[in-house]
Amino acid sequence: MSVLHPVAESPDPVLENHQPLGGRIVTKPFMLLGLLVLIGGYFILRRFLFGMGDVSHMSNGYPIGTWVVLDVVIGTAFGCGGFAMALLVYILNRNVYHPLIRPALLGGVFGYTLAGLAVMIDLGRYWNAFNLLMPWYAQINSVIFEVALCVMAYITVLWIEFWPAFLERMPSAIKKRFNLDKFQVFLRRYMYVFIALGVLLPTMHQSSLGSVLLIMGSKLSPLWYTQWLPLLFLISALAMGYGVVMLEATLVQRSFKLPSEAALLTKLSRVVAGLLVLFLIVRIGDLLARGQLGLAFNFDRYSILFLIETALFAAPIAILASQRRCANTRLRFLATISLLAAGSLYRMNGYLLAVNPGNGWTYFPSAPELMITVGVVCLEIMLYLIFIKTLPVLPGRTAKAGRPS
Amino acid sequence: MDANRRQFLRGAAGALATTAAAVAAPVSEAVAFGPREPKTLPPKAVGMLYDSTLCVGCKACVSACKEANGMPAEQPASLALWNEGTWDAAEDISGKTLNVIRVYQNGTMVEKDREQDGYAFVKRHCLHCVDPSCISVCPVSAMQKNPVTGIVTHNPDACIGCRYCVYGCPFNVPQYQFDEPFGRISKCQFCNHLQAQGKLPACCDVCPTGASLFGLVEDLQAEAERRLAAKPGETYTFPRGKLGGDRVGHEAPVGEYQPHIYGEKESGGTQVRYLTGVPHEKLGLPELPDHSYAAVSEGMQHTLYKGMIAPLALLGGLVVLARRSAKAYRDEDPTRTDDEEDSR
Ligand code: SF4
Ligand code: SF4
Ligand code: SF4
Repeated sequence: MSVLHPVAESPDPVLENHQPLGGRIVTKPFMLLGLLVLIGGYFILRRFLFGMGDVSHMSNGYPIGTWVVLDVVIGTAFGCGGFAMALLVYILNRNVYHPLIRPALLGGVFGYTLAGLAVMIDLGRYWNAFNLLMPWYAQINSVIFEVALCVMAYITVLWIEFWPAFLERMPSAIKKRFNLDKFQVFLRRYMYVFIALGVLLPTMHQSSLGSVLLIMGSKLSPLWYTQWLPLLFLISALAMGYGVVMLEATLVQRSFKLPSEAALLTKLSRVVAGLLVLFLIVRIGDLLARGQLGLAFNFDRYSILFLIETALFAAPIAILASQRRCANTRLRFLATISLLAAGSLYRMNGYLLAVNPGNGWTYFPSAPELMITVGVVCLEIMLYLIFIKTLPVLPGRTAKAGRPS
Repeated sequence: MDANRRQFLRGAAGALATTAAAVAAPVSEAVAFGPREPKTLPPKAVGMLYDSTLCVGCKACVSACKEANGMPAEQPASLALWNEGTWDAAEDISGKTLNVIRVYQNGTMVEKDREQDGYAFVKRHCLHCVDPSCISVCPVSAMQKNPVTGIVTHNPDACIGCRYCVYGCPFNVPQYQFDEPFGRISKCQFCNHLQAQGKLPACCDVCPTGASLFGLVEDLQAEAERRLAAKPGETYTFPRGKLGGDRVGHEAPVGEYQPHIYGEKESGGTQVRYLTGVPHEKLGLPELPDHSYAAVSEGMQHTLYKGMIAPLALLGGLVVLARRSAKAYRDEDPTRTDDEEDSR
């Protein structure tokens, strides 16, 4: 393998040669997203006025519903682009991927921030949420405690990592007024600390999202319940993070007619293929070691979920590992979708679909409940669009070349 | 360029080694991973023995529980028409019901405490686990276990309503009030407010047959064993209210018990004991291992986060690598204009 030399095209990890995309902000799709956000907002209001039962099908058998599972457990995995790319670029020193990092970070900023918002909707006693930060209430054995603090810290780190993009756009008068130049120098000098934290924290809480399920015991099907849950959640978060970066790059390039980053993405695909193989080795190896693989072929509900999930994980490997197939944008796109679906289904199975609390409980989300989740996701996309249009997020040369009017 | 390449190679080797170490440390520890030590019964653990064969289904305990804990009556929608909102008819424990008597029915239901063509009662409330999952998952210490009596209590002022206690409790005990805008978690706290006044838990106090019996866990265990050892059908004086108390007992024939004291070992042991005539899993008392899943979960957390050593070591490695990358990029940057004296 040839050694990748850190090229000087994006010389500074802090002050990038990025450009805002420009263009109109309020477009038709943007308004459609806005409408969905409004609908979500209406149901959020109802949730606060009349209680969760008014909008949600959650019950005391399934007390965790789509808000946590879609917005937090899956949503933060979609927000792992920044984490995954930082690992590659800054820790493994693969500077070629540099152009992809800031859009990935932005995805993380919103993925995580809105997961935080979803948690506030979901907390049954949200007015006590501050107790999480009160040392005398801390319960350090609790996995949820670790996840909560770690995610809060990571949201902060993400905004700090993204802060240079604001500073670049800030009129110098304001910068002077608030002495931001000093702050900028401080950030530039110590950004590596935040970069390191930006890799450590997701490693911790993404694996902990797996550990959360260890308490479920026999409520969770043995096809999913294993002490390897933390590792499996970590690997799947990384794979999904890269998947999101690839998807994002393809979509942004398509819709804004930017020159393609195909060469980079093809390279990245191989990393993803490796992660998927690793995931399947641990997943299947563990089932073999525990002697539970037979359950996969019972063709009951759990076995079918498991087979679909595993097929979705395995299918992209054939495409992503082959340079030729990967050069094909459509195939690569399909592989990315499959991988994201796989990771999402794995998480949904672990938290909901493979969970049986007994006693005849069932759960299927209500329409208002889903509309809240849809609203939160749409808000995320809207903010993402506003940010890439007004702030220097996308790689500079390409942004200039393809600025739509 | 050559120097750069060499520098990069060295960097890459370092990166690889550190990453490998960072990954290998938790992984190898996880392989050697085991549950944490099981917890043991507190010294003066109080508990309850519920004898399903003695229960007559009068539900005196259910209404006494409501009254003692100020919980409202509950009418499921399906029964609303005939009960006109005056009767309490909870079908299971809920945000408004801490304790309920459920009935098992099979076939013609001719005989009590028989699996085939029979029926049986079972009581549902918190079992006050020795090693409770609800405490282990709670991020804000809202669930507490009294170190002396072992009663598991809930503090709504601490609770953030995340509902992981509901999710994680192997017996599905804690219940969130989904229909309230400011809902809270409800769970039996063993009437600790009454016990503080020297009174009995309301359900044991009112039980006419002694089916719900209060006492020290160790004594209750012995009592359960005595009942199991007795010959089915022979007359036995069943204590009422409190084991070892001064109430007159209830004379009745010994039931045909399943040879299993439920709650003794389940989920690492609990402070409630069940004796039943019908297999417990038919009564909604789930099959559980002898250890608490809390021990599994905490074992993992303690392995990965012991003294925060592994995370800090990992952070150290990451900082070094990130700093090196940042420095490398800057050194090579021909367009670099500002002259900070950093990262040298
Ligand atoms: S039965 Fe459930 S709520 Fe009660 S102590 Fe055990 S884990 Fe906690
Ligand atoms: S719902 Fe309340 S008591 Fe239950 S785990 Fe969350 S904070 Fe703790
Ligand atoms: S001990 Fe008290 S709170 Fe618990 S079930 Fe009995 S009456 Fe209800």
